[in-house]
Amino acid sequence: MECLIGIRGKDFVLMAGDSVAGRSVVAMKKDHDKMYQLSNRLLMAACGEGGDTVQFAEYIAKNIQLYRMRNGYDLSTKAAASFTRRNLADYLRSSTPYFVNLLIGGYDDSDGADLYYMDYLGSMVKLPFGVHGYGSFFVLSVMDRYYKEDMTRDEALVLLQRCIDEIHERFIINLNSFKVKIVDKEGIHVMKDLRPTTKPPEETPGTQSMDIV
Amino acid sequence: MNGDADKLLAYNGGAVVAMAGKQCVALASDMRFGRDQFQTVSSQFPKLYCLGPRLYLGLTGLISDIQTVSETMQYHVNLYELNERRQVKPHVFTSMLSNHLYAKRFGPFYVESIVAGLQPKTYEPYLASLDILGGTTVSKNFSVTGTCKAQLYGMCEPLWKTDLDSMNLFEVLSQALLNAVDRDALSGWGATVCIIEPDRVTLRTLKARMD
Repeated sequence: MECLIGIRGKDFVLMAGDSVAGRSVVAMKKDHDKMYQLSNRLLMAACGEGGDTVQFAEYIAKNIQLYRMRNGYDLSTKAAASFTRRNLADYLRSSTPYFVNLLIGGYDDSDGADLYYMDYLGSMVKLPFGVHGYGSFFVLSVMDRYYKEDMTRDEALVLLQRCIDEIHERFIINLNSFKVKIVDKEGIHVMKDLRPTTKPPEETPGTQSMDIV
Repeated sequence: MNGDADKLLAYNGGAVVAMAGKQCVALASDMRFGRDQFQTVSSQFPKLYCLGPRLYLGLTGLISDIQTVSETMQYHVNLYELNERRQVKPHVFTSMLSNHLYAKRFGPFYVESIVAGLQPKTYEPYLASLDILGGTTVSKNFSVTGTCKAQLYGMCEPLWKTDLDSMNLFEVLSQALLNAVDRDALSGWGATVCIIEPDRVTLRTLKARMD
């Protein structure tokens, strides 16, 4: 029931995740952040099995930090994503597989901004935009229509708002708040939470309310 | 336990086909990365991996395992070339891959592979296909694998001829792939072809139906 969205722009990656933390039919927390900072310019959004998301995300984050401490420099986005993928794939056939779907967005000086999509089986692909969850059925077509290469931050936020509006319109689960972050050369920036645009109540054309006298 | 094999091999979709010509070999794959059969995640996912100047590996099946196997085989080839100080021959590489796959006999990698290359010195074409357990078949004409295996066989059998030169081989292989994947919901969304000749390797992307 979770939804993660990632959009790669000119020199940044915009990432958003719904902020509902739920179990079964209960929404336990409505301002939950599903994005984990792996390093200064690496952000990972994770959704899936409850404890697995946090455990796996923290495990990867700590290992990325360890690399930094040992070697004195950060792993590139591609390397960090490959490392994460290999861990997911190795754990898949162990007695403790992690059921997490990920989006990894990062910026490095050699490759610029990159977005990697990874599913719980450990398949990874670099994408211009990626979506996880049931929301993907609604959002991917919106992205196909309106996404273009080298978007500015404002354009990307407009696109993201369109996606959130579509999810609100047609997805049966109420995801009415999304945490939004941008990764770029300067680091990770927390943006304002995005909510679906409220529309005024529709008036059915051709009918008028009548007072019964 | 291996009743799931067919389901898992079709989870992501994909197709790879290779053909032998006169002193050349060509390998082609589709570009689809699908998820749970109904969703297409990416149309920029070629399934061909270069492991040497005249040695290519094409893999279909579960994409996670495609990535793991290709990375592991790259590691084995690198180590071989560092130790032996020479390039790995195609049939030796095929044995390495077969061994690696059989090592997981009771929990296999869900990949079906095609090794395509030119023998060193003679530049004779070498084509081999391997199943999920590493069972190897060396072919003289063509090798096919993927969710549209049957369709690919149907296209390759009448189109292939002996001693095709590289240009004609490219045309024949491209048509075989494009028409076969158009009859399969899980493959397609682009195509990439690689022609391996003694002096060069040419990678081309084909204009394909994007559905």
